[in-house]
Amino acid sequence: MRLSRRQLLQAGVAGSLVLAGGGWLAASRKTLPRPGGLRFLTADDAVVVSVLAPVLLGIPEVPRAAVVAGVDAAVLSLPRPVQAEVRELFDVLAHPLGRRWLAGLRDDWREATPQALSGFLGRWQTSRLALLRSGFQALHSLIGAAWYGQPASWEAIGYRQPQHVMERLP
Amino acid sequence: MSADRIPDPIAEGLARGWKVRDGATLAEDLQLTADVVIVGTGAGGGMAAETLAQAGLDVILLEEGGLHSSRDFRLDEARAYPALYQESANRKTADKGITILQGRTVGGSTVVNWTTSFRTPADTLAWWRTHHGLTDLTEAALAPWFDAAEARVGVADWQADPNPNNAVIERGCQALGYGFGRIRRNVRGCWNLGYCGMGCPTNAKQSMLVTTLPAALDRGARLLTRVRAERLLMSPDRQRVEAVLGQALAADGMTPTGRSVRIRAREVILAGGAIGTPALLLRSGAPDPWLRTGARTFLHPVALSGAVFGTRIEPYSGAPQTVYSDHFLHTQPVDGPLGYKLEAPPVHPLILAATLSGFGEDYRRLMTSMPHLNVLLALLRDGFHPHSPGGQVRLRADGTPLLDYPLTDAVWDGVRRSWLTMAEVQFAAGARQVLPVHEQAHPVSTLAEARRMIAELPLVSGLARIVSAHVMGGAAMSVRPEEGVVDSLGRHWQLDNLTIVDGSVFPTSIGANPQVSVYAFALRAASAVRHRMKA
Repeated sequence: MRLSRRQLLQAGVAGSLVLAGGGWLAASRKTLPRPGGLRFLTADDAVVVSVLAPVLLGIPEVPRAAVVAGVDAAVLSLPRPVQAEVRELFDVLAHPLGRRWLAGLRDDWREATPQALSGFLGRWQTSRLALLRSGFQALHSLIGAAWYGQPASWEAIGYRQPQHVMERLP
Repeated sequence: MSADRIPDPIAEGLARGWKVRDGATLAEDLQLTADVVIVGTGAGGGMAAETLAQAGLDVILLEEGGLHSSRDFRLDEARAYPALYQESANRKTADKGITILQGRTVGGSTVVNWTTSFRTPADTLAWWRTHHGLTDLTEAALAPWFDAAEARVGVADWQADPNPNNAVIERGCQALGYGFGRIRRNVRGCWNLGYCGMGCPTNAKQSMLVTTLPAALDRGARLLTRVRAERLLMSPDRQRVEAVLGQALAADGMTPTGRSVRIRAREVILAGGAIGTPALLLRSGAPDPWLRTGARTFLHPVALSGAVFGTRIEPYSGAPQTVYSDHFLHTQPVDGPLGYKLEAPPVHPLILAATLSGFGEDYRRLMTSMPHLNVLLALLRDGFHPHSPGGQVRLRADGTPLLDYPLTDAVWDGVRRSWLTMAEVQFAAGARQVLPVHEQAHPVSTLAEARRMIAELPLVSGLARIVSAHVMGGAAMSVRPEEGVVDSLGRHWQLDNLTIVDGSVFPTSIGANPQVSVYAFALRAASAVRHRMKA
């Protein structure tokens, strides 16, 4: 596998965007409002999570708000330097340039089709660029953990806690 | 069934008057003095605390995590990981290639480990004697320490049948003629539940939380929780540690409250784990003339293989690890191509979701097959092969530790061989489909297909899923100061009153789950400290 000219160009854009991510992209978004109850994700980040969740999890009807809340809580439990990296990831994704050039999505997140979103996840999952692969890993583990950490997800996978123990917990 | 509540020995101890203070609630800075200060309350800190408190010494324990006990252990991953693990069970190496599971709570990793109890293997000790010059580490000399450690935490043969997840190893190895054995466990009155990784709800696991720490607290030891050891303050001649400076953390376990703790002690013992201890030495600017601090940090990098069976496996239920195979630790020299130990991990929804590769419909289908899913792991023995030098602990700009662990070709070679072995064992045990955990793998139905696919999988960080639950090295024992950080009794080469009693003293990986090794070496080192202090 060789990097195409286009991929190299994108890599350049990726590098500079991510370097900038902590700077002007973040600075330009600092004041964005957070939807009710969220402490880390901005309204734009929440859109990214809520459109990706059904596609990533393979569950079209997944309760999106619950996944968004779960991701928010999961990020808050990470150490500050890791939170800062997640911040950069969302800043890049939610920015039109990042969405267009790094995620490869022409349309706004809200309008992106499941096929387009799936294409984005697949490109990042196996990208030649370690940075994009780690971006996929972050989205994957945050969204996966946010959903499957919730009891609402367990029935569909045939899991339950042992009831005879639960009722005797101190 | 009786609805009797499970008791909480920690709540009972607190009611008896244990001296425990929560850093999050400190209203003023603290200045304390003691005979001994111990940083960290896991396997090493717990053993040292009991040894020294029983000798009548005044002991203070510092712990970065909170005090959580059976009343908090709700068999719930979403609660347990943030509360009980470093970085919410999501600690990563610098290139994010390896996810590290490490405890961060009173009792450390012993509160969340899977009770797997092996002594340091004979060939590891032989290597330390011949290649690291640690000639006093003979099996005979160490046997009393292993005996004492095992007796203290109730290590014994496990009588119940292995759960189906572990039985896969037994069945597969039997069919293939590979050696295997049963795992001994440190439990007393275990209910065979399978939730060891979320904190034992029944207090059956003999972690430090229910053994040595209560014993030390009953002897008057003081425990400060949610206090992160920030720096060691050195004497002017830089030959002793005069005090340990700690930073109180808020209830979130991360944010400094601004309150500090300063503890002066005659002897200082470090037991913050093989990432935390070297990081504390580095932050403190401790003498390190040969640049050994944080170097040669080992992980037992773990490769994973999933398998779907026609029968129910329920990998979330039953004692998590009861069968192992060391066959592939012995098929080549100890410093040859990396050998590996086979075990089975417990599988619960959140950790499975975070660890499985892929997304979309394939991912959903695998999640849905969880009751029929078996997972095997291969724990690679790093640190012996010349091209397996481990990693380096360094500091981020904010002073928190980061482990740089490049995955070398020697490690990747072991990963690829171990995927094939695991597929072989899983098919031999009757698996319908096997999936090495890698972003470009797909479930296959025959060993021939598995062999073809595994041969082609690119060995790249972030494609192959590599995890670790065993951090070792970084402050190694050595016979000469230029080769390590401490002597064979854990005493720092340059700082006279500093002893290290955690997994960071090991000069290579252990080649087996390390808890019993940490216990035994900590007992041995703490006993030396006790003799020195009583003299």
